[in-house]
Amino acid sequence: MSAENSDLLKTPLYSLHEELGGKMVPFAGYLMPVQYPLGVMGEHNHTREKAGLFDVSHMGQVVIKGDGADKWLETLVPGNIVDLKQNRIRYTMFTNDQGGILDDLMITRRENDIFMVVNAGCKEQDIAHMRKHLPDHLELIELADRALVALQGPLAAEVITRFTAGADEMNFMSYAEVQICGADCFISRCGYTGEDGHEISIPADKAEEVVKALLAETEVEAIGLGARDSLRLEAGLCLYGHDITEKTTPIEGSLQWSIGKRRREEGGFPGAEKILEQLSSGHVERKRVGILPAGRAPAREGTEILDADDNVIGVITSGGFGPTFGGPVAMGYVNAENSQSGTPVFLQVRKKKLEAKIASMPFVKQNYYRKPK
Amino acid sequence: MTIYYSEDHEWINVEAGVGTVGISEYAQNALGDIVFVEVPEVGDDYAKGDEVAVVESVKAASEIYSPVTGEITAINEALEENAALVNSSPNGDGWFFKIKISDENELEGLMDADGYKKFIAGLE
Repeated sequence: MSAENSDLLKTPLYSLHEELGGKMVPFAGYLMPVQYPLGVMGEHNHTREKAGLFDVSHMGQVVIKGDGADKWLETLVPGNIVDLKQNRIRYTMFTNDQGGILDDLMITRRENDIFMVVNAGCKEQDIAHMRKHLPDHLELIELADRALVALQGPLAAEVITRFTAGADEMNFMSYAEVQICGADCFISRCGYTGEDGHEISIPADKAEEVVKALLAETEVEAIGLGARDSLRLEAGLCLYGHDITEKTTPIEGSLQWSIGKRRREEGGFPGAEKILEQLSSGHVERKRVGILPAGRAPAREGTEILDADDNVIGVITSGGFGPTFGGPVAMGYVNAENSQSGTPVFLQVRKKKLEAKIASMPFVKQNYYRKPK
Repeated sequence: MTIYYSEDHEWINVEAGVGTVGISEYAQNALGDIVFVEVPEVGDDYAKGDEVAVVESVKAASEIYSPVTGEITAINEALEENAALVNSSPNGDGWFFKIKISDENELEGLMDADGYKKFIAGLE
């Protein structure tokens, strides 16, 4: 290993990645597998067809304990946490006073506390941000001694149910505490691929054993960060720092669905004035949209979006090739006038001006599990 | 006919003053699944070292540099529909373009097959 990698952190699954032939790269301060011998395309397709196992232990797992933790969290996020039912999960974001997004995260109400999962690249600043505002009667605990993996794909629930009965009956965005291979695990029916599946929080010292057991099931392959990115892009899901940042509000980011009625009426979160004004006026300068290039050439992050008269009307924030979609897909920001689906636009890819159009997302059908009523 | 290799992992197969250019087995393996190749246009001139083509994998775009100075005389149109040919046959059906070589002395700066084999062994 080269010297520049010596400061990088390793997850509890690092030696397993090496054993599996993972190609390790620096990511958010960690050495993570970008792909395994199966390759990005093969890993992507395997996840869409069967089940893929992702190490996401670099993400932050945090617990907030104490009376009124939910109410206090609502002073930092626009999501409705107070009305979140026990063992239910909600997607929301930390906002700043200008309405920009500091990070996006998943919040779970558990029996006695609040459990959250935040992005790897933001976890230190998120924790500092929460501690700065934390009242004395609440306690913030970082679960640094737990690994986190995601098992995703149409056969993922069937596989995990072999280890813990009933996991396949959990609704999308719900949570349970279970035993897998004798380890105390937290399982959450959510993910970052657009597929059904669970995220599994495992005590670090049992992580390799649990993951090896899951990988021993014939449907399961280890999947790296490369396919994780193409899967989430096809699913229309945001990558923090790219598709949403401190400079974009949840409304500009097309995440208004994550702000419930009561929060819209009451406000009380950082940047509420700006965010609620954008919501009520229906006006934003720019909007996150899907973009479909007409040809075969992928348009990457940073590609300028032009109108027919060569005026720059936006920029691509994530772009690449969608293996399941079967062609290039992208998302980015355009000015509001050009944000309607079907609007023809142009992409400046190197020396060529390529045809494209604004498109609705996701680019592939979401495959989340909804319990029959 | 002689095959030369560049340190940027292109190969050039020279026959009667015209070189056929592609990327090596090592390069296709490092790039992974190739989904798109942007080839130059016939009639365009390139200097040695110019960016002449772009290879896109699922992950990223990578530039391909012209191993010699010359004029493009043909492109591999099959790549437009099937860029994966570069993965399946980097030294054959996955060729990129043909270039009429301006100065064959430039070939002396390239490696032969044995030299390239040693070069990539040194990269491991």
